[in-house]
Amino acid sequence: MKAKVTVMPKKSVLDPQGVAVRDAMRHHGLPEVRSVRIGKFMEIDVDAADEAKLHEICRDLLSNPVIEDYELQVEA
Amino acid sequence: MKAAVIRFPGSNCDQDCYYVLKNTFAIDTEYVWHKEASVEQFDLIVLPGGFSYGDYLRCGAIARFSPVMRGVAAEAARGKLILGICNGFQILCEARLLPGALIRNRSLHFVCEHVHARLENMETAFTHAEVAIAGGKLLTARTGLLLRMPVAHGEGNYVADEATLRDLHRNNQILLRYADARGAVTSGANPNGSADNIAGIVNRAGNVFGLMPHPERACDPLLGSEDGKLIFQSVIESAMKKTKSSSPITKRT
Repeated sequence: MKAKVTVMPKKSVLDPQGVAVRDAMRHHGLPEVRSVRIGKFMEIDVDAADEAKLHEICRDLLSNPVIEDYELQVEA
Repeated sequence: MKAAVIRFPGSNCDQDCYYVLKNTFAIDTEYVWHKEASVEQFDLIVLPGGFSYGDYLRCGAIARFSPVMRGVAAEAARGKLILGICNGFQILCEARLLPGALIRNRSLHFVCEHVHARLENMETAFTHAEVAIAGGKLLTARTGLLLRMPVAHGEGNYVADEATLRDLHRNNQILLRYADARGAVTSGANPNGSADNIAGIVNRAGNVFGLMPHPERACDPLLGSEDGKLIFQSVIESAMKKTKSSSPITKRT
């Protein structure tokens, strides 16, 4: 099975990379862009399907709940 | 007393910390590989700077799960003194031994320069001492004292939610804040965008300290500053005091 994890900086946390990319996009002829937020996307190939364990790992390792939110999608 | 300098794969300030403890302060110091499970025999534990595990995922995110960190957490809970510098600070935050987190510098640039850090609380195990420096002078802790030390990091931007920041202020846990050469805490003097110019914080119990500036690179006149000695002198004095007071009492059976 495959698990897909998206980790995004929390709305309340400034994302310096996102701000820099937003500015670059404006310079590239898209002044309308309001904001960009940059996160991480992880594709995980795993034999067993313990979703609770995956959530635990998302919380403890793959994201830092102080600054990030994660979303886990498990595909059969 | 005995000091440990923890080595993770990718630590690169371990030798500087070891040198300062061993040569500048004549402390019995050992390197401890991150695979060791226990650090019980040490009175002071230093987590040095570097790029543990290549900073993969997040700075300190993987190092935090090294076997030695369980030992560090156990000793922290027992009140032992823990000093995390730069990547060591990041690891302590990831390990939740300190609140908050360190994210990418606001400028996105790796900053590598000397900064002034203003001493905000001189009544802690890490910031109270007086130490001799070159020219027969004494450097004495006082609130407002400026310590000139280098920073070298890409992720030193301290963030925490509002409640945490309020607690840090209320409990005087902010020990160092970036300031200009006159001691004014301004946004211009903030090298990385840290909330409230925070350069270093201590945990609520007062025995775990993390800071982004490198005191170990400011302990010799040859390096342009000896201000880092104040932190090492303080923590060594505190560790010695603790060692003495907890020296084994003869058990009667």
